[in-house]
Amino acid sequence: MEFQIETQAGTGPVAGSEDQLLVPMDDVREHLVVVGNGMAGCRAVEELLARDGTRYRVTIFGAEPYVNYNRIMLSPVLAGEKTFEQIVINDRAWYDDNGIALIAGDPVTAIDRAAKSVTAQSGRTVHYDKLLIATGSDPFIIPVPGKDLPGVISFRDMKDVDTMVEAAGKGGDAVVIGGGLLGLEAAHGLTLRGMKVTVIHLMDTLMERQLDEAAGWLLKSALEGRGQTILTGANTAEIYGEGKVEGVRLKDGRHIPASLVVMAVGIRPSTALAREAGLAVNRGIQVDDHMVTSDADVLAVGECVEHDGNVYGLVAPLWDMCRSLADGLTDQHTGYKGSVTSTKLKVAGLDVFSAGDFSGGEGCEDIVLRDASRGVYKRVVVKDDRVIGAVLYGDTADGGWYFDLLKRGENVAEMRDLLIFGQAFAQGGGALDPKSAVAALSDDAEICGCNGVSKGQVVACIGKGACSLDAVRAGCKASASCGSCTGLVENLLAVVLGDDVQSGPKTMCKCTSFGHDDVRREIVAQDMRSIPEVMQKLHWSTPDGCSSCRPALNYYLLCALPGVYVDDQQSRFVNERMHANIQKDGTYSVVPRMWGGLTNPRELRAIADVVDKYDAPMVKVTGGQRLDIFGIKKEDLPAVWADLNAAGMVSGHAYGKSLRTVKTCVGSEWCRFGTQDSTGLGVKTERMTWGSWMPHKFKIAVSGCPRNCAEATIKDFGIVCVDSGYELHVGGNGGIHVRVTDFLCKVGTEQEALDYCAAFTQLYREEARYLERTAPWIERVGVDYVKQRIVEDDAGREALRARFLFSQQFMQDDPWALRAAGANSDLHQHLDPISIAAE
Amino acid sequence: MTDWIDIGTLADIPQRGARTVRISGEKEIAVFRTGDDRVFALVNECPHKKGPLSQGIVHGHSVACPLHNWNIALRTGEAQGADEGCTPTIAVRHESGRIWIARPAAMQAAA
Ligand SMILES: Cc1cc2nc3c(=O)[nH]c(=O)nc-3n(C[C@H](O)[C@H](O)[C@H](O)COP(=O)(O)OP(=O)(O)OC[C@H]3O[C@@H](n4cnc5c(N)ncnc54)[C@H](O)[C@@H]3O)c2cc1C
Ligand code: HEM
Ligand code: SF4
Ligand code: SF4
Ligand code: FES
Repeated sequence: MEFQIETQAGTGPVAGSEDQLLVPMDDVREHLVVVGNGMAGCRAVEELLARDGTRYRVTIFGAEPYVNYNRIMLSPVLAGEKTFEQIVINDRAWYDDNGIALIAGDPVTAIDRAAKSVTAQSGRTVHYDKLLIATGSDPFIIPVPGKDLPGVISFRDMKDVDTMVEAAGKGGDAVVIGGGLLGLEAAHGLTLRGMKVTVIHLMDTLMERQLDEAAGWLLKSALEGRGQTILTGANTAEIYGEGKVEGVRLKDGRHIPASLVVMAVGIRPSTALAREAGLAVNRGIQVDDHMVTSDADVLAVGECVEHDGNVYGLVAPLWDMCRSLADGLTDQHTGYKGSVTSTKLKVAGLDVFSAGDFSGGEGCEDIVLRDASRGVYKRVVVKDDRVIGAVLYGDTADGGWYFDLLKRGENVAEMRDLLIFGQAFAQGGGALDPKSAVAALSDDAEICGCNGVSKGQVVACIGKGACSLDAVRAGCKASASCGSCTGLVENLLAVVLGDDVQSGPKTMCKCTSFGHDDVRREIVAQDMRSIPEVMQKLHWSTPDGCSSCRPALNYYLLCALPGVYVDDQQSRFVNERMHANIQKDGTYSVVPRMWGGLTNPRELRAIADVVDKYDAPMVKVTGGQRLDIFGIKKEDLPAVWADLNAAGMVSGHAYGKSLRTVKTCVGSEWCRFGTQDSTGLGVKTERMTWGSWMPHKFKIAVSGCPRNCAEATIKDFGIVCVDSGYELHVGGNGGIHVRVTDFLCKVGTEQEALDYCAAFTQLYREEARYLERTAPWIERVGVDYVKQRIVEDDAGREALRARFLFSQQFMQDDPWALRAAGANSDLHQHLDPISIAAE
Repeated sequence: MTDWIDIGTLADIPQRGARTVRISGEKEIAVFRTGDDRVFALVNECPHKKGPLSQGIVHGHSVACPLHNWNIALRTGEAQGADEGCTPTIAVRHESGRIWIARPAAMQAAA
């Protein structure tokens, strides 16, 4: 008997040791050669052996010097929760027992399809009858300067984990680029190993491919709570260092020191070998339903393939692929039909699950459950009575059940109302009607977790005459805090009162059961800091709100957190986003600020020049003593502003829910009736108040005598000068329903007039509802209330004034100057179509 | 056959926002990016009075027109709720990190 010699490797880390495997020359079985000793390659062999243990002689090449291990468990190894031995899938004995030749630590470098052979780095050439390519993926390395510095690594194999563990042993700072599944697991492991970790993520939402914004926000807060720094919307410019990595510089100029940089921005199917061998390769190696490539004797499986246009980056599809492949190789023809995937983040104590399509869309219905006290967010997307996607955060117990419903395409119409509460609720007890479910609850069942209110107490409260949600909230506090039990309370009202339920106060919009005042109170009470946070904590029923609530929330946060809150441009109406007034033809009008209505030749010339230069079809004097330039295109706005800035003019905010103008008359400087310098006071007032965002537009006027030429008594705040001082008027407006001001009080000095103005403005900013002007606000709260706060309460007035002036420090940056200097240029420029491809 | 026009990357469009594209001889196109990073393209004209939809507030998979607040479904271009009307949609492909829109029909005929 003669023998042919091939090489194999031992168990565990082995650096290309060359034991010899003897293959009897009379072994005439077909030779299956597998390139890639990873999860898919070995699974395919396992599946094949399970069907027919003798048909093929098998040789496996692996680039890594290890036996087959579970790659997804590298994260627990990094976190110190597992050892390498614990994640081995097939040890040395498995290869031996099944007569598989393992050639580990020797990557295949070429395939010769004509000769039907592969050649490895060591020069070893092996003939095949069937070839299986299972080369997995390569980490994507972003092409920034410094990417090749020592200390910059990816997170893909055992070698990377060894490098990270060694680096972490020295402590210091680490940067993880990429806030997806992989990056967050790397960051978690490095944090546990004592490094100070910063995650840099290009998108605004962590794991944006798996999570929606709300779940991403919860995750970010939790990770920050564990001491990681998470920078979203952050773009890496370069990795710097002398001879080794020292840090990362972002495009916005920030530097983050780091002795270790982990790039986890994504993976690319590893296709080079197949491409060079002339196989059909698109994004991945193209395979049919039996994992056969464009060459009938070459198969491919795992992350390196593209099936029906899809490439996968998770293990579940591999299992399905390997089954179809093994079926094909043993002449059974089932065929792979693609996979739906689900994801779980493997970070201890953080439960995150997502599956299917949760991006919403036509005909899709979102069912959202938020339980702020437990930190739970659940979203199930239903279309045509079938679950098509789910995102769970905080409580993922039902993830498997939703995924199962999704894969089986089960009709969920019957349990629709209880679906979101999970399997136990929706399928337990048969009580499918939420009202009967509530009716069936015992009297001591807790309804409101925040305030500890039982069903019995709510029913008693209703019995005492509370016949609306609001009355119940006031009577026994049920549903008065986080609101997650609102649905239960409403059902109880319906059970007890039938048709006699009264509807509650107007809610902010259809996305929430709370009114404006509740939302505002809770923002301050719970120190909320972002729109997604408010939506989560107050149980918004839509993923990202609507055009009513988003601008309101943006304003409430801005008002509550001056200098801290970052304005969300996309939650602003067009005029405030573009800093100009949109007109019916889609062009904009531009109104530069003229303090107190005063102007000078330089400003007038600059305006005239702009009108000429941009061919503005009309210039008009506004009702607020300003000049309005019409017909400017959005792309010309920054240049127009630059020209106006150059003449010393800033934004006039004629477009905003903000201070518009301070209108003045000529006053004692010129007018024979004038009692005080109304123009001067107007300029001072405007210098103090400009730039402030308000619940609605806000206009001020100063008249020099009671003839009131500046029409101060139909303004939000009006000053009428008299011989003995200044009369202050509030709550007037023109418009559809003209309202004359209420008289607030009279003060003796200019400074007092300014102080009262600041205090009143702040009171309105803090207490009026979004889009409520001062007139309806004062009619709602009563002028006596305003007098009490502003006139009678000296300390309170002073505090309001101080808060206003504090807030103004952050408001008085000219938005035009920022835009003229290039900020937000994407809002002004058209996209440039760069190429055309025919198909 | 469809001609596809490469208009840039996802990052070029603000989340919950839109950018505009001009192709000579064609109506301006608005390309929207939603909160969950879907991309849709519509002719940049509201079915009501031709308001520039690109300038509206994007919420869910709708945009609120900046002129009179009609809500337009991004996928179908149809006005929602009580309002009636429809804006033409343009096919979008999101591939290899780049965004492609289908070249409008009129232009294809001319080309
Ligand atoms: C840290 C981490 C955590 C993960 N967590 C999860 C998770 O929680 N859930 C989930 O579903 N998925 C997870 N994944 C993804 C999962 O590991 C992959 O989907 C799976 O490993 C893909 O299997 P594969 O066989 O296609 O590729 P691999 O497992 O990468 O196997 C390919 C093998 O081929 C070898 N190879 C490449 N080229 C050659 C060559 N020319 N010659 C010889 N050998 C070669 C490679 O060295 C590698 O060993 C995770 C991945 C990582 C890195
Ligand atoms: C009691 C009756 C009034 C008298 C005697 C009066 C007198 C005057 C005078 C003398 C001036 C000119 C000041 C100057 O530039 O020299 C003036 C200016 C003006 N008046 Fe009156 N006025 C009266 C009522 C009103 C009313 C009711 C309005 C409009 C609501 C009005 C609107 C104006 C305006 C807009 C100016 C120009 C102010 C400026 O921008 O400088 N006046 N008025
Ligand atoms: S309000 Fe009085 S001071 Fe001012 S312009 Fe009119 S008359 Fe003169
Ligand atoms: S009064 Fe009516 S038409 Fe005139 S500017 Fe105001 S809203 Fe437009
Ligand atoms: S033009 Fe769009 S709503 Fe009127």
